[in-house]
Amino acid sequence: MSNRMTLREQLREKISAAFYRHGLLCASYPVPIILFTSASILTCCYPLLRLPLPGTGPVEFTTGVRDYSVPSHEPQGDLERPDWYHGPPVAYIQQVLVKAAVSPWDSSLVPVDVFRSPLGKVFSLLEEIRNHVHSDGSGVRSLETLCLQVTDLFPGLRRMQSVLPEHGCLLVSPGNYWQNQRDLFDSDSDLLRTIQKHEPKGLHTSATLRDLLFGVPGKYTGVSHYNRKRVVTYTITVVLSRYDAGFLSSLRSRLKQLHPSANCSLRDDHMVHIHFKEEIGIAELIPLVTTYIILFAYIYFSTRKIDMVRSKWGLALAAVVTVLSSLLMSVGLCTLFGLTPTLNGGEIFPYLVVVIGLENVLVLTKSVVSTPVDLEVKLRIAQGLSNESWSIMKNMATELCIILIGYFTLVPAIQEFCLFAVVGLVSDFFLQMFFFTTVLSIDIRRMELADLNRRLPAEAGLPPSKPGPLRTREAPPPPRPTPHTITLQTPAFRNLRLPKRLRVVYFLARTRLAQRIIMAGTVIWIGILVYTDPAGIRTYLAAQVSEQSPLGDPVGGGLTPHLAVAPVFRGGDPTSTLSIHPAPDPTPLPENQSQGHIAPAVPFPHLPSVPQITWGAEDEEGWRRLSFRHWPSLFSYYNITLAKKYISLLPVIPVTIHLSPQEAIDTRHPQDTRHPPPSIPKASADLQTDLTLYKVAALGLAAGVLLVLLLFCLYRVLCPRNYGRNGVAHGRRRRGDLPCDDYGYSPPVSEISPLLLRGHSMDIECLASDGMLLASCCLAGQIRVWDAQTGDCLTVIPKQGLRRCSSSGCWEQRDVWDTSAESECGCDPRDPSNGCDGMSEDDCYPLRRRSAPTRPPLFTDQPDLTPLIDTNFTSQPPSNVSTPPRGGFDFGGLVERAYKEHEPPSPSAYPSPSSASSSPPLATQLQRSPSLGDTSGLYNQERTSGAGTQSAADWESSVWAMELRGNLIAAGRSSGKLELWDAVEGSLRCSNEDGVSGITALAFLNNRIVAARLNGSLDFFTVDVHKPLGLLQYRGAPGRGSMPPSPCYSSEDMISCQLTRSVQCAHQKPITVLRAAAGRVVTGSQDHTVRVYRLEDSCCLFTLQGHSGGITAIYIDQTMVLASGGQDGAICLWDVLTGSRVSHVYGHRGDVTSLVCTTSCVISSGLDDLICIWDRSTGIKLYSIQQEVGCGASLGVISESLLVTGGQGCVSFWDLNFGDLLQTVYLSQSGDGQGVRQLLVLDNAAIVCDFGSELSLVYVPSVLEKLD
Amino acid sequence: MRALKCGTASGGKKCWTTNLLIRGGMLFFVGVFLALVLNLLQVQRNVTLFPPDVISSVFSSGWWVPPSCGFASAMIGVLYPCIDRRLGEPHKFKREWSSVMRCVAVFVGINHASAKVNFANNFQLSLTLAALSIGLWWTFDRSRSGFGLGVSFALLATVATQILVYNGVFQYTNPDFIYIRSWLPCIFFAGVITMGNIGRQLALYEYKFLQEKTHLE
Repeated sequence: MSNRMTLREQLREKISAAFYRHGLLCASYPVPIILFTSASILTCCYPLLRLPLPGTGPVEFTTGVRDYSVPSHEPQGDLERPDWYHGPPVAYIQQVLVKAAVSPWDSSLVPVDVFRSPLGKVFSLLEEIRNHVHSDGSGVRSLETLCLQVTDLFPGLRRMQSVLPEHGCLLVSPGNYWQNQRDLFDSDSDLLRTIQKHEPKGLHTSATLRDLLFGVPGKYTGVSHYNRKRVVTYTITVVLSRYDAGFLSSLRSRLKQLHPSANCSLRDDHMVHIHFKEEIGIAELIPLVTTYIILFAYIYFSTRKIDMVRSKWGLALAAVVTVLSSLLMSVGLCTLFGLTPTLNGGEIFPYLVVVIGLENVLVLTKSVVSTPVDLEVKLRIAQGLSNESWSIMKNMATELCIILIGYFTLVPAIQEFCLFAVVGLVSDFFLQMFFFTTVLSIDIRRMELADLNRRLPAEAGLPPSKPGPLRTREAPPPPRPTPHTITLQTPAFRNLRLPKRLRVVYFLARTRLAQRIIMAGTVIWIGILVYTDPAGIRTYLAAQVSEQSPLGDPVGGGLTPHLAVAPVFRGGDPTSTLSIHPAPDPTPLPENQSQGHIAPAVPFPHLPSVPQITWGAEDEEGWRRLSFRHWPSLFSYYNITLAKKYISLLPVIPVTIHLSPQEAIDTRHPQDTRHPPPSIPKASADLQTDLTLYKVAALGLAAGVLLVLLLFCLYRVLCPRNYGRNGVAHGRRRRGDLPCDDYGYSPPVSEISPLLLRGHSMDIECLASDGMLLASCCLAGQIRVWDAQTGDCLTVIPKQGLRRCSSSGCWEQRDVWDTSAESECGCDPRDPSNGCDGMSEDDCYPLRRRSAPTRPPLFTDQPDLTPLIDTNFTSQPPSNVSTPPRGGFDFGGLVERAYKEHEPPSPSAYPSPSSASSSPPLATQLQRSPSLGDTSGLYNQERTSGAGTQSAADWESSVWAMELRGNLIAAGRSSGKLELWDAVEGSLRCSNEDGVSGITALAFLNNRIVAARLNGSLDFFTVDVHKPLGLLQYRGAPGRGSMPPSPCYSSEDMISCQLTRSVQCAHQKPITVLRAAAGRVVTGSQDHTVRVYRLEDSCCLFTLQGHSGGITAIYIDQTMVLASGGQDGAICLWDVLTGSRVSHVYGHRGDVTSLVCTTSCVISSGLDDLICIWDRSTGIKLYSIQQEVGCGASLGVISESLLVTGGQGCVSFWDLNFGDLLQTVYLSQSGDGQGVRQLLVLDNAAIVCDFGSELSLVYVPSVLEKLD
Repeated sequence: MRALKCGTASGGKKCWTTNLLIRGGMLFFVGVFLALVLNLLQVQRNVTLFPPDVISSVFSSGWWVPPSCGFASAMIGVLYPCIDRRLGEPHKFKREWSSVMRCVAVFVGINHASAKVNFANNFQLSLTLAALSIGLWWTFDRSRSGFGLGVSFALLATVATQILVYNGVFQYTNPDFIYIRSWLPCIFFAGVITMGNIGRQLALYEYKFLQEKTHLE
C-alpha cells in the first residue's frame, strides 16, 4: 500500500514539476509559442480545405445512356465518379414532354380552346404509355412491371388523395386533376379553377402541386386564358424503379412515331443523376437549435466564472478559440488519416464541445489567478499550472477512459464520435497547454503592469516609471485616464443591477451587435449560396434576366418560336444554346421566321395565326427550371426520402401534337364559350401571383405593427415607471468568509491596510483637506494636521496639551512641542470612554447634537459640553427621525438632557479644561484684524499667551466649521470668531471677530472665505496676503505640489482677513449647508430655500424654492451642477444659470443627508440608511444600496464609476454603474469598529474616514485597471 | 429582488411558498420544452423530409404528454433539494450553472443518439444508453439519493408508460414493445438526473438568498 502511495506521489511530483517547467517556458517566450501554436493549428486544419462546404443543393453527374449500367454498390476509386454514385438510384424518371397547339388558329376559337383540347390529349397519351408492352427475347415487359409502385400517401396529405396516385405506379400528369378520366375532364366546366383549386394559399417557394403534375413551371405551361403563343406544354412523368433499356427505347420510338416532332433535335444520349444532400427541415432544426442554445448557455456560464483577470473578454475569447480550433484540428487530423467524417458535423458539434468542455481552461485561470500577486509572472503561471496539474491529468485520463469504453460499443456512429472526441481531447490539451497558458500569461502581465503603475508613490508626482524587469513589448502600459480605477469586469458577465432590458439595450447599443451579426451573416450566407449554388440561383437569375430583356428571349429560354424553319438546324449542335441562336442569321431567313422572332414584342391582335411548336435546348433538361425540391417533395409525399440518395433522370421523350380547330371545337364544354373575352390582357396568372405577393406583404406589415404594439403593451404592463426599487441589501462580507467559488479558490486578498491616524482624544467632528494636508478637529477642540500621503501627524494645534506643558515653556521648540503633544495624547486625563464611546452609536448620537452657544457664562462651572457639539452639518445622525420635528436650531432641551446625563458621574471627574482657563475677554481685543505693523507682535503675543493662561485664540468656544486651503486652516467657532491658522507651523495667522453668531459653515475658495452663521447671516471675507518678499502666495492646484511642508503662505507673509460684505438676512432661519464652487456660493437653510450667490461680489443671484422642508444637503461642482436635498426627502436638481428646477424626485423617507453627482448619476443618502443612485438626466432611480444603521451619510465618489461608503468599522467600494460591491476594507484589526460617520475623498484617492477618535487613511485598494 | 420582497412580507413561510411555486413553474416549463424537443427528435426517426405540417408533428404525441412531463419534472426538481435537506447531506458536487448546462446537453445528446444512431440490435442500444445514463449520473451527480431517486422514478415511469400502452392510451409508432421497454428506463433515469440537477441549482439560489438575509439580520 505504501509503495503504491509513494508511486502515486512520485507520479504526482513528476507531473507537477513538468507542468511547472512548462509554465515557465510559456510565460518566458509568449510570442514564439503563440506563433508555433497558430502554425500547428493551420497545418492541422489544412486538410479541411478539401472537404466540400456544407450546402443542401443537389449535385449532378451525367453519364451516357448507351453504355449505362446500374453502378455497383462498392464505391470505386474512380476520380471522375462522385463518391455518392454507387448502387442503384432511388428511381429512374422518364418524362414525356408534350407540346400541343391548335393550328391553324381560327378567329372563331375562344381562349379556352388554347388549352382544353391539348390537355385532353393527355388521356390518350396516358393510355398509350400504360398499355405499352415491350417484348423481346427476355420476356414481355409492361410499365406495371417496371414502374415504382407506391403505397399510401403520407398521412398528412389526405387532401391530395384525389389527385396523386396511390397503390400503383407513380405516374403523374395533368390528367391527375381529373383522376385520369376523360369524362370527368369533359364535364369540367372550368378547367382553370380545377387546377387552381389545389394550389396552396399564400406564397410558396417549394414545389406546388401544379408544378408536380405539369412537370414544368407554371408560367411555361401555357394553360391560361391569355396564352399568346397558344402552345400548351406539360409532361407526363413516369417514375421507374428498374432500368430497362429495351422497354424505354421502344416506348420512345412508339411515342415519336405516334406524334412525330418534326423539328425536334433534342439529345437523347445523356442521363443525369442527381444526388440530394440531407435537407435540414424545421423538424430537425428545432432540436439542433436547442442543442446550440444549450451550448451557448454552457459557454456563457463557464466564461462568466473567469474572474480577476485583466481582460475577461479576451480570456473568454481565447477559451472559445481553444475549444473551436481543437475541434477543427481533430476534424482535420481525422481527414488527413483517411477518416472521412460521415456524421453530420453540425449535429455532433455541440456535444463535442460539451464533452471537451471549457473546464480545464477555467481551472487553469482560477489556479493562476489565485497565486500570490507579488510573485513574478513567470512563477505565477508556473505555480498555477503545477498546482492544477494533477487534477487536469486525472480528468484527462478519466475522459479518455470513458471515450475508450464508448469505442468498444462497436456502434459505428459512436465509434466515429469517440474517435473524434479522442483526437479533439488531445488537441484541446495541446492548445490549453500552449495557447491558452501563453495568453493567460500575457494577460496576467498586463494586469501586473497596471498594478505596478498604480502602486508607485503618488506623492512623488513622478510619471509612472518602468514597471520592473518583467516588462514586455506586447504589453505596453495602458493609458490611465484616472489615477485610480478599480477592476471592472466586463459588463456582459456581471451581475448588473440595472434593469434587465436597459442592460440588453445598452449592450446592443454599445456593441452594435445586431447590425454586425446581420451584416456578417448576410455576407456569409451569400458567399455560401454563390459557392454552392444550392437553389439554382444562377439559373434562376439567368431566367429572370432573359424574361426581363425587352427582346423577349435572347438566350432562348421559354418557348420563343424561333425555330419555325427548324429543318435548317437539324444538323446543328443543339447542346449549345449559343450555337443555336446566332445560327439563324447567316441562313436565308424565311419570312415567318423573322416574324417569329419579333412575335413576343408584337401586340396581341397581330399574333401569328399558326402557333409554332418549337423545341430548344432548354426543353432537353426542362426539369432544371423546376424547383430543386421538386423531386424530393414528390417522393416525400410517399414517405420516401431522397436525402443522401440519388435519382436518375432519363432523357425526355418529346411529343408534338397539332390539333385542328375542329377538334378543339368538338371538345369544348358548353360553358366555355360563355367565358368573357379577355378585357384586361394583363390580368393573368402573373397578376395573381403578384397579388398574393402583395397580400403577403400587407399581412407581414400588419403582423409587424401588431407585434410592435404588443411589445409596447407588454412593456407598459411589465415595466411600470417605478422599477427602481430598493435594491437587495448586500450583506457585508465578514472577514474570514471571503467568497469561495466552486473550485474552492478565493480571490487573493489584496493587501489594503488602512493607515490609522491616532492622536485625537475625543471624537473627531471636523475634517478638511486640500489633498496634501488633512486637518481634523476633535470634540476637545484639538486640531491636528496630517500628511495625507504618509499619515504623519505634522502639527497639533493644541489646547489642553499646550496648557499642560505650560510650565515648561516648551513653546519655542517645535519638535519638543510635537513630541509632547504626541505623548500627551496618551495620558490625557479625559478618558475618551467617558464621552459616549462606551455607549452604542445610537445611544450616543443624541448627546452629540449641536449645541447652541447660549450659555457662555456657564462654561466655567459646568461640565464640558464640547463632546456634545456636532459641527458636521452635512451629516445628520439618523436618530433625527425619532426626535420630534423641531423648528430651527433649538437645542436647549438637548443640552439639558446632556447636562443631566453628565451630572451623575460627578462633575469633578471632569477637570474641565475651560474652567481651568477661564477666559478673560482679553484676547478679543487683541485680535482685531492684525495689520501689517503688528503681525509680529501678534505672533509673539500668541506665543507668549500659549505659554500662559490664554492666547489670542479663542479656546473656550468650539470649532464648528473648518476648511483647509493652501496651508491655511480656516476655523469657524461657536463664538462667531473666524480664525486662520498656519497648518504647518500651527500658529494663528489672524482672526476676525466681526460676527457674534456662531459660524455653522465655512467655504474657502480662492482667497475668499464665506461663513454662514447661526442667525442666518452670511459673511464674505477676503484673505489678503502681504508678502514682504513678493513671493507667490498660492501653490496652484493641490495635488501637483511636492511635499506639504513647503509653505504656500510663508510665515513671513502677513495675512489679514477682512469682512468684505455681510448679508444680514440671507435666510430667515439658520443656514445649514454652505457650498462653494465655480464662483458660486450656495446656501441652504431651514427656511426651505436655497440661495445662490456670486462669490466675487456677494450678490444673490437666485432664491430657489421647491423644497417643502429644510435643506439638508447641497452639491455643487465645477460644472455648475447643483443638487439639493431636504428634510422632506426630496432631491432637486437645478440649473444654476437660469435658476430653474430641472428635476425633482422623492427619494428618501426622512432627510436627505448627503448628495453627490457624477456626470451620469446623482447619489443620495438619507436618514433611512439607503443610498440611492439616480439617473441624472431622467431622474429615474437606478438602484439603491442598503447601508448599515448610522452610516447612511458617509459616502464619496472616487471616480466616475467608483463609490465608497462607510459601514460599521469598514468602508465598501461599489461599482457605480452596476451596483456591485467590489470590496470591503476593514479599518481596524479587531473588527468591531464603530460606524464610519464621515468620509472624505482626497485627490490622490485616499479616503479619510472618521470613526470614533481615529482617522483612517485608506488608499483605493489594489486597483486593476480595465479599459474596455 | 425576490428575496427582499419576501423579507417585507409577513413571514418566511409565505416567502418559501412563493419561491417553491416559482421554482416549480420554471421546472415545469423546462420539462415541457424538453418534452417537445425530444419528441421531435423521436418523430424524426421516421420522417426525414419536409412533411407539410411540421408544426403538427411537434404536437403529434397527444396534448397531455408535454404537460405531464412538465409536471413530473417539476416534482422531481422540487423533490431533489428537499430530500437533500431531509437527509442532511447537502449536495456539494459541481454546483454551478455551467455544469447544469453540460448535464442538459448530455441528456439531449443521449436522446439524440437514441433517435439518430442506428444500432445493430436493441440490446446494444439499451446497453449503450444505460452506460451513458450511469455516466451522466457519475459526472454530474454522484449522490446516493440522486441515484436512488433516479432509479425509482425511472421504474415508476416505465411501469406507467407500459400501463398506458397496454390500455391503448398511448401508442408508439414502432410496435416493438420489447424495444421500447428496454431503452425507456435509461432515458427516464437520465431525465430524472438532469431535472434534479436543475432543481438543485435553482434551490441553491433561494438558499443563498435566505442565507444572505439571515446574515444581514
